[in-house]
Amino acid sequence: MITIPEKQLTEIREHGVRDYPYECCGLLLGRFNPGGKVVTETYPISNAREESAKRNRFLIAPEELMKGERYARDHDLEVVGFYHSHPDSPAVPSQYDLEHAWPTYSYIIVSTRADQATDLFSWEQEPDRSRFNQEEIQCQ
Amino acid sequence: MSVTITIPAPLRQFAGGQSQIAVEAKTAGEALDLLTSTHTALRRHLFNDQNVLRNFVNVYLNDEDIRHASGPDTPVKDGDNIMIVPSIAGGAVIESEVGQTLPELSHEEILRYSRHLIMPEVGMQGQRKLKAASVLMIGTGGLGAPVGMYLAAAGVGRIGIVDFDVVEESNLQRQIIHGTKDLGRRKIESARDRLRDINPHIEIETHESRLTSHNAMQLFKNYDIIVDGTDNFPTRYLVNDACVLSGKPNVYGSIFRFEGQASVFWAAKGACYRCLYPEPPPPGLVPSCAEGGVLGVLPGIVGAIQANETIKVILGAEGLLINRLLLFDAWPMKFREFKLRKDPKCPVCGENPTITKLIDYEEFCGVAPHQQPKPETKLDEISAVELNARRLRGDKIQIVDVREPHEFEIARIPGTKLIPLGHVVTRMNEIDPEVETIVHCKGGVRSAKAIEALKRAGFQGRLINLKGGITAWSEDVDPRVAKY
Repeated sequence: MITIPEKQLTEIREHGVRDYPYECCGLLLGRFNPGGKVVTETYPISNAREESAKRNRFLIAPEELMKGERYARDHDLEVVGFYHSHPDSPAVPSQYDLEHAWPTYSYIIVSTRADQATDLFSWEQEPDRSRFNQEEIQCQ
Repeated sequence: MSVTITIPAPLRQFAGGQSQIAVEAKTAGEALDLLTSTHTALRRHLFNDQNVLRNFVNVYLNDEDIRHASGPDTPVKDGDNIMIVPSIAGGAVIESEVGQTLPELSHEEILRYSRHLIMPEVGMQGQRKLKAASVLMIGTGGLGAPVGMYLAAAGVGRIGIVDFDVVEESNLQRQIIHGTKDLGRRKIESARDRLRDINPHIEIETHESRLTSHNAMQLFKNYDIIVDGTDNFPTRYLVNDACVLSGKPNVYGSIFRFEGQASVFWAAKGACYRCLYPEPPPPGLVPSCAEGGVLGVLPGIVGAIQANETIKVILGAEGLLINRLLLFDAWPMKFREFKLRKDPKCPVCGENPTITKLIDYEEFCGVAPHQQPKPETKLDEISAVELNARRLRGDKIQIVDVREPHEFEIARIPGTKLIPLGHVVTRMNEIDPEVETIVHCKGGVRSAKAIEALKRAGFQGRLINLKGGITAWSEDVDPRVAKY
């Protein structure tokens, strides 16, 4: 289960619509609590990238993630997951997403169109890497 | 050496809840091996089934990515710190393979492709990618023959072939996809049968048509990769532009006499054919294989390179011929390579393209029928039948053959004088300007050039070109003269 305030969910949706037709992405910062993950902040990753890089398969490079982790540490937080958008396609992870993920992290996907964000789901990888399970989102 | 490995938060549950683990190792790879042999559940999240570090998993040794050092062999020192950092993948639904479920292989297929399957670079996953892939071959001639045969044998799931020609005797010296039994058959049918015989597990789609600006986009749409096996400039530019406009990789090859070229033109990743050759050569400057000849094995070598690169594109391999032009010369047996660079001013793949839809490529290459011949340089011409009639009437004429001596040995029109094109000006005095001169070659192109050169050099006599050359003579006048 992942707990996330309405404000942060709105930020993710808005980020997705802003970057349409490209994918947006960012980090979910918060804490791994025994009862589940709690998000307190979103950390958008700059999308001011080259056209070709926007089509790149990796949305967040390790350097960017390390920067985000440093920011989180400074604010006594942890990276608990990631969000990204699927322009004009369902908010469901692909086989490719599955092969490039770790368990425990939350992967929030928001489906976007030109003028609005539609579905938003969170996904968590099965510890044996076999599939993604939809994760309950508790909105604060 | 004692090094500390920092375990990322989500993986700590697989490492006994620890955030840092110290190991004794000489290299970064050894450190990870030791870590994952103690904490075995961790391994599958870092390494794939082939025991290679997963491509989204990055290992940093004191803030440096080991991929930029010596990879797993990067040596470590006492007190070093190793960090494991993921890259985060996107949905990237634009890329064709994403989310696509790859087809399964039957037992028969597994047996057939076993030499592929046992190599980790291909493996089950790669072979299934080959099965899911589709490739369109332009032409089933010298280059298309090995391309088609190797791609079919490799198990590329769907192969499209475009050709409009029929199999002729002079094709068989190099176009090994066709056989003697196929003479006179349509090439697409002959090729289809041969490919089906090589591999019945794949689909073959035949398109009997000339590739044109009207049908190219429609045809390319249904395939992942286009392989250019054409023998002329208009089609080559057409294939390039249609590939750029549809975002497909163009696996290029060309051949002439003993020399070949190969490259992968993929505008999304590097240079296209126009970045290399913005303009076609003037018409007639570069002779075709029919005029200049080609060593039969040459297209076999170049086509096999194209097949190789096509398979690598499908497998997602590194080391593609992108931004690289490979040159091969079969006579001294030498390979050379040129670096290519994407031209930001390229009219089709540059920053401000001026070509945004397909154009008239015959006209672009200056070979459109209405552009040639120019009125002021119009040549006097005679057909083989007329020439024969004039000879039978006993007209006073002389015939100059401007082909090469080895061609003269294959076939000749009786009573002609041989002066190869390259010598025609220096040996001009051997031609009597008082007598009408008929000039001929194999097909009529070199003889036209010889006439122009002689006129420019000041030759005063009347010069007439034999239309269709010795080939027309053989067809229309004397079948005993061999065609080649």
